[in-house]
Amino acid sequence: MTILGFRTASLGLLTLLFSFLAQGEGTGIKVALITDSAGKNDKSFNESAYRGLLRVEKELGAEIKVVEAPDNNAYETLLRSLSEKKYDLIISIGFLQRDAIRKVAPRFPNQKYALIDADAGLPNVKSVLFEEQEGSYLVGALAALHSKTGVVGFIGGMDVPLIRRFQMGYEAGAKQANPKVQVLSNYLGVTPEAWNNPPKAKELALDQIQRKADVIFVAAGNSGIGVFDAVEAKKVFAIGVDSNQNWIRPGRILTSMVKSVDNAVFEMAQALKAGTFQGGTSRFGLKNNGVSFAVDSFNKSLLSKEALKQTETFKAEIISGKRQVPDYYLKNGKS
Amino acid sequence: MIEAFLFPVFRSATPLMLAAMGGLWCERSGVTQIALEGFMLIGAFFGAVVALGTGSAWLGFAGGIAAGMLFSMIYGVMVLHARANQIVAGMAMNFLAMGIPPVLSAFWYGSGGSTPMLPESARFEWFPIYFALAVVVVSALLYSKSRFGLRMRFAGEHPKALATSGVSVLLKRWQGVLISGACAAAAGAALSLCLASSYSRGMSAGRGYIALAAVILGKWRPVPTALACLLFGVAEAAQIRLQGVILWGSEAVPVQFIQMLPYIVTLVVLAGFVGRARAPEFLGQVE
Repeated sequence: MTILGFRTASLGLLTLLFSFLAQGEGTGIKVALITDSAGKNDKSFNESAYRGLLRVEKELGAEIKVVEAPDNNAYETLLRSLSEKKYDLIISIGFLQRDAIRKVAPRFPNQKYALIDADAGLPNVKSVLFEEQEGSYLVGALAALHSKTGVVGFIGGMDVPLIRRFQMGYEAGAKQANPKVQVLSNYLGVTPEAWNNPPKAKELALDQIQRKADVIFVAAGNSGIGVFDAVEAKKVFAIGVDSNQNWIRPGRILTSMVKSVDNAVFEMAQALKAGTFQGGTSRFGLKNNGVSFAVDSFNKSLLSKEALKQTETFKAEIISGKRQVPDYYLKNGKS
Repeated sequence: MIEAFLFPVFRSATPLMLAAMGGLWCERSGVTQIALEGFMLIGAFFGAVVALGTGSAWLGFAGGIAAGMLFSMIYGVMVLHARANQIVAGMAMNFLAMGIPPVLSAFWYGSGGSTPMLPESARFEWFPIYFALAVVVVSALLYSKSRFGLRMRFAGEHPKALATSGVSVLLKRWQGVLISGACAAAAGAALSLCLASSYSRGMSAGRGYIALAAVILGKWRPVPTALACLLFGVAEAAQIRLQGVILWGSEAVPVQFIQMLPYIVTLVVLAGFVGRARAPEFLGQVE
């Protein structure tokens, strides 16, 4: 082999590595899922969607495919190639896929898409939005009611409007439960690497603990683990996000702000099978159990009865419309 | 004060110092090294895998380094024997390193690119930080006070002179590549075994490139390079500390600005305003 041939061959082989995973053989509907770069096992947001899809496979006998985007430039290519493969529904996870879907979906008008966490505004795309501020408000109240120091923390992943929405709800809830509470807020960064940087999340958490925070709510994808490490080392508490994360550090995670992405995925597949799937925008809040806070065997003993009672009152008031939760999107004119 | 500022600085600088020392020796020997990021991921992943399997952080650390050296051999063969373009081959190594952990962790743990959590007994509290400082001291001594250091520098500055004196340039460059594999993998293992509690995907988060910037800022010399890493560590800690803090007026300091500072300094040095940052003469050339 010539030197040139060897060089080309070795480089070609190396770059030919993809982590595509295909699962399942079934009859009926075919559903594809594109996760963001945190991947389907992020123990959080993407994993919730993946769990929903596994239920779709099991209970609806669907054929499923999961693709993990290696980075943000891959969404468009992945959407395009899946659109050409005739899936009944392609689900995009995360607001970062919005631009890609707005480009690709109009070219395949008969293909059905779903976009989680952002509004695509296209007739063949179902946009699914969660009222994160409502759930965050409740865990903010729980944080303030369980804080002994009167200081609670918030750590966000990438500094984007979606995560600001968590922060704003959390702060409002904490201040409502205890007007004197101090809320510290930090972000990991301004690039998508912020979702995958546990060491830095740990540093941020240690810094907040140093400044007397004893309950820290983290909304930062894979990086959240770093916050759990810090609260474990310093014997304070964290609040998980998106999936129920109470099990990850039993006894150290006060509760989790759960976004039921799994249910949303399942319901869409169900509608698809029944032939009632439609584009448009769906909102999932406290009202329809789209967001909630998790109470299970791992955190039952950590939560006080009075605090739970107070929080349930807030919840009922929000659902009835009596209590307004500030929404970052509305305050800053972004949907 | 010490716990609030000095510890975070050293913790953030540890992976940078280790990876930068690896990059420094490799580049000094005349081989361009942009694959530090990938070597770190390999070290972080295999460090966590071995620590999980054996329950020992020490074996994990050693296993991570061994895996990094093996992995760097692929790069060595590509650039030193097949004479691939070193930038392209380095990028290929980074992509390869991104792909390996998800594939293997799917086999071993049924997860897409992360390992289960390491028990506290299989993690370090401080060791990688001391190890990084030791590597800097040893590198500085070898660099200026040993025959090994002199020969490594000649392999990059004037390979013909080295060859004429009867020393194999190829051997020196292989040593450079292997040292970079070992050091960058140790940096990765420091991430997964000490600064975090498991391997999670992409956890090097650009640190390999920052380490490379530190090598350039440190003008390819060990002590200035280590100081450059500390500067990046200070910027990171300051950025964490100053987020949302109002220093004057009513607006908080934009954290992006603080994060930018070390890069601005690097650019200024590269542009020749503060002394001259001259790369080894024969960097990236294999004859």
